[in-house]
Amino acid sequence: MFDNVNLQQLIFGRFTIDEIPYHEPILVGTFVGVAVVGLAVLATITYFRFWGPLWRDWVTSIDHKKIGIMYCIFALIMLLRGFADALMMRTQQAIAFGDQQGFLPPHHYDQIFTAHGMIMIFFVAMPFVTGLMNFAVPLQIGARDVAFPFLNNFSFWMTVSGGMLVMVSLFVGEFSRATWLAYPPLSGAAMSPGVGVDYYIWALQIAGIGTTLSGINLIATIVKMRAPGLSMMKLPIFVWSSLCTNILIVAAFPILTAVLVLLSLDRYLGMHFFTNDLGGNSMLYFNLIWIWGHPEVYILILPAFGVFSEVTSTFCGKRLFGYTSMVYALVVITILAYLVWLHHFFTMGSGADVNSFFGITTMIISIPTGAKIFNWMFTMYRGRIRFEVPMMWVVAFIVTFVIGGMTGVLLAVPPADFVLHNSLFLIAHFHNVIIGGVLFGMFAGVTFWFPKAFGFKLDEFWGKMALYLWVSGFYLAFMPLYVLGLMGVTRRMQHFDDPSLQPWFIAAALGALLIAGGIGSQIIMFVVSIRRREELRDLTGDPWGGRTLEWSTSSPPPDYNFAFTPVVHDSDAWWDMKARGFSRPMTGYKPIHMPKNTATGAILAALSFILGFAMVWYIWWLAALSFVAIIGTAIFHTFNYDREYYIPAETVSREEAKRTRELELA
Amino acid sequence: MSLLGGCNLVVMHPAGFVAEQQRNLVLASTGLMLLIIVPVIVCTLFFAWHFRATNEKAIYDPEWHHSTQLEVLIWTAPLLIIIALGALTWIGTHTLDPFRPLTRLDAKRPLPAGVEPLQVEAIAMDWKWLFLYPQYGIATVNDLAVPVDRPVTFKITATDVMNTFYVPTLAGMIYAMPGMETKLHAVVNRSTDSEGRSAHYSGAGFSNMFFKFRGVADKDFDAWVAKAKAEGSDLNQDAYLKLSEPTESEPARYFKSYAQGLYDKIIGLCTRPGQMCVSEMMAIDARGGQGGAEGEENYKRLQYDNHFAREGHEAPGATGPASGTGPHGQTQPEGMKPRPDMGNPDSRGARPEQAQPQPGSETPNGGQVAPKQINE
Amino acid sequence: MMHTDTAPPGTAAPVYFVTDEEGHHSEGSTMLGFWLYLMSDCLIFATLFATYGVLGRNYAAGPSQKDLFDLSGIAVNTAMLLFSSITYGFAMLEMDKDNRRGTQMWLAITGLFGIAFVALEIREFVHLFHEGAPPWRSAFLSSFYTLVGTHGLHVSFGILWLGTLMVQVRQHGLIAANRRRLMCLSMFWHFLDLVWIGVFTVVYLIGVLE
Repeated sequence: MFDNVNLQQLIFGRFTIDEIPYHEPILVGTFVGVAVVGLAVLATITYFRFWGPLWRDWVTSIDHKKIGIMYCIFALIMLLRGFADALMMRTQQAIAFGDQQGFLPPHHYDQIFTAHGMIMIFFVAMPFVTGLMNFAVPLQIGARDVAFPFLNNFSFWMTVSGGMLVMVSLFVGEFSRATWLAYPPLSGAAMSPGVGVDYYIWALQIAGIGTTLSGINLIATIVKMRAPGLSMMKLPIFVWSSLCTNILIVAAFPILTAVLVLLSLDRYLGMHFFTNDLGGNSMLYFNLIWIWGHPEVYILILPAFGVFSEVTSTFCGKRLFGYTSMVYALVVITILAYLVWLHHFFTMGSGADVNSFFGITTMIISIPTGAKIFNWMFTMYRGRIRFEVPMMWVVAFIVTFVIGGMTGVLLAVPPADFVLHNSLFLIAHFHNVIIGGVLFGMFAGVTFWFPKAFGFKLDEFWGKMALYLWVSGFYLAFMPLYVLGLMGVTRRMQHFDDPSLQPWFIAAALGALLIAGGIGSQIIMFVVSIRRREELRDLTGDPWGGRTLEWSTSSPPPDYNFAFTPVVHDSDAWWDMKARGFSRPMTGYKPIHMPKNTATGAILAALSFILGFAMVWYIWWLAALSFVAIIGTAIFHTFNYDREYYIPAETVSREEAKRTRELELA
Repeated sequence: MSLLGGCNLVVMHPAGFVAEQQRNLVLASTGLMLLIIVPVIVCTLFFAWHFRATNEKAIYDPEWHHSTQLEVLIWTAPLLIIIALGALTWIGTHTLDPFRPLTRLDAKRPLPAGVEPLQVEAIAMDWKWLFLYPQYGIATVNDLAVPVDRPVTFKITATDVMNTFYVPTLAGMIYAMPGMETKLHAVVNRSTDSEGRSAHYSGAGFSNMFFKFRGVADKDFDAWVAKAKAEGSDLNQDAYLKLSEPTESEPARYFKSYAQGLYDKIIGLCTRPGQMCVSEMMAIDARGGQGGAEGEENYKRLQYDNHFAREGHEAPGATGPASGTGPHGQTQPEGMKPRPDMGNPDSRGARPEQAQPQPGSETPNGGQVAPKQINE
Repeated sequence: MMHTDTAPPGTAAPVYFVTDEEGHHSEGSTMLGFWLYLMSDCLIFATLFATYGVLGRNYAAGPSQKDLFDLSGIAVNTAMLLFSSITYGFAMLEMDKDNRRGTQMWLAITGLFGIAFVALEIREFVHLFHEGAPPWRSAFLSSFYTLVGTHGLHVSFGILWLGTLMVQVRQHGLIAANRRRLMCLSMFWHFLDLVWIGVFTVVYLIGVLE
């Protein structure tokens, strides 16, 4: 027995030095780039003596605004990674024809498309959505924080932990080659031995815990912490869409967690849930993962719908058309999101009755979605539209999204899906709705709320430049894919034989370059705006002529958000306050009860990262140790009863006096 | 569509009746939806332009936010379209169900009485297609020929991972799944020389997993069968096991005959000697399982998935350290043809000799065959 | 807290701020949040039940429920958990009476019942291993071990939590924070009881008696 014990395996699991890809130019280059940028960042932080504030004010912060901002920054960083993958895929497909094999062999290419899909959904779109909800929802409902501020911090760091695990797979070992949903049997232990799928599983599990908890947190916040008078039917639409999204999160993510647990049991303990042999059933995985996966689509798009509603009515200077039907449309979409999952695999052969049921339920979702589009359209009608950057994203969204919606309904017709499934037509469709819907929405939201978060607007020129490049790049990159889909071209191809396809792929690659220009413009936009911040400064706290409560406080809002909790009498509460006249109370400040910062969330997440890494590499001692440490830290945290403090009335008074001066200056 | 005349929109110009109906359904649905999409886009752009802030002449009504008539319109207009589309879907899904035998040859001709459909058994392997023609006793790799205007019944399965069987000119796709069977009924109406492929990612060699698809006249089909019979070899069990090793870009190959019951064994995951077929396992399960020593004996005979590790092959989705290649390596996974222009030889030197330990057989108590790195 | 109804437009500006606010942190949101967590956990169990429903007859020519399960043993197991729920209820009653000692005593008894339950379950698993029925034997056994094991893990965490709470009650007494925590654990404990009733019925009773 002990002959087999190998000290190296005992200590390092299946990790060996060969797993560091120091022979791969692309990876070494990336690593050097990351290292240089990383060192530069560390040096800057040290030089400006920013470590203390970074730790005190950000890492350990339980302020929902700061956590929201950190989510968005994290999403933008991961967007760079996911987009780098996209550029590599587009380049490979544009050149790998006939005898040319391109620069990515299948072994590498397969990892790239897996990573691209997984990162873009879980570590770009999700943190973006969660970040905006975190930032805006408490402000919009007149609350001082979320219901569980500590959990909020913990959720964020868990998401980061998961993302870091994916990033580490670049430099230590390899990532999964089993596509972004890791369908078995391909993702099972027999067909995908190695660390790739394990990286995938642990990254998702860790991030998934964060997502579920943040969903619970925001539901409790919206249900329990609304300002007096803010009844459900007066809630801003963004809050409604957040509520629906978080209900979807709480009701969908546990299923993902469970199904990934089953997959890991197959992989780690040799069980037989999804194997071919010994009674396993891989079709079960398809069903379970899509019972999570389809609601996930709406988890992403609903907050974007919310942003569009806020932006449209603000920049049209007009109440949102059809508020009630907007709310009902959201609720209907939330419910129907659970009744359509099978349309992702009509071609599995479920039979005509089942397929047509799911096809028709899918189409039915387009009715409330269509109603929402009409509502935005009629909000513009008789409005006075100021074409600031967020509003321009709305128009780009509506035009783009309806095209994506149309191709989506087309794919919901099972016989049509039989010829279009898994083709580039499908790729074009979901990029059409996710870029045209979710990303455009997030960009609109970031531009819209940026002045609230930092006290100055974003540079308009570069904002518009980013918009033009993104929109034109999107059309150039994805319209050719629709055509290629009709030419019968399949997704996930590393190489093609038919040279007549090449012009279309070259066009798509150029489109991707335009999008790269769009991302570049956004980076420039942030840099330029920070440098010009004094010119772009907004002292009023209400730079856009806003309608909801977040615009009633200063920009950036004080830690406590509102010196006095607002009382709401009408939907569009702030608009109502401005219209009917209100006087800001200048005296009578009271101490404000607030939660204290804590490092527990970041520590737990770091330990979870170690646990995940150890499990990926079979370093059992480290896994056991980090697991015990997680439990210990959590228990230790519960012994801390001193979690809240009062902001003294004098501090509040000082802050508010500053605000008074700013308002006079503005 | 004429704008795109230069390219081959194969989905729009099929050669088979099934694909043609699917194409028609795509066009009809798109037309129906354009009824609402076009006005929405036009109105959006018009409203955006007309109600711009600089246009002082446009009406501005900041409190206008409700209109019952409009609300009714915006819910019923999509509803009506969806009702029409839903009806189309219901009918189309049932008439074009791949499991349903054909009743017509094309739009004009009903199926003549007494026509016996051609039987083809299509098997997705790593990474090639094996076609068995039970009525003719021949088998081919990566070459599918069918006579024009004769209905074809495909029985479809796979060996290790999921794939889809997709011939765009013939009919829509359907999954090919290990241990399971799907069916497709189709017919080709004109002679055609095109391609079919797997449309569901199945590992490293997936990009080259296509096959020739030809619709040929009856006499040409007979000649093709005769040629396969004359020139092909025998696909016996050993030849089949050799064939099932992962390979990429297999050239078309022909077999004059194949082992008896080969398809049933493939679908029963029991092509290797001594294995129990799934059908037998399911019969035992239906009787309430099998406890005791006999049940333990069955366990060994039912293990299938780990055959790659057992036989020393790299699995289709292997990543490091289980794959012999370097992380993100420029070298090819096993079974892949060399890619000379990519340079950069394997960073780890030669692949270790195929001397894998035999995980399943050596572990105590009957041995769970775990992924190979667990047992190392 | 001031609360004003919607004023008709045109009237004088209504009250827009709560000026006489007490520092408040809604106690109710903890209960709601915990309830939501339980529902999400419930979905994990639902998934495992569904998986068992799909795979529970796939014996892979191996042992089935009838070959493996001993209903009388499981009945003892079930009794342990049901009793623990009752004793937890007694602990909560004592808490309501502000009786720290009584609360602690009933919590300890609850914990002992919980430990007995987990111990019996481990014994059952060991027995199954000896019968040649480890989780990798068949899809049925995989789904069985996972469903029952997940429940067992939950109970184990519950016991850990219960122990932690007993220490905290000893340190701080039945203060509001501790009462809230006891309430949460109570919900958790009864929830596990409920899940077990599902497991007992679906896995054991139907499996053996059908």
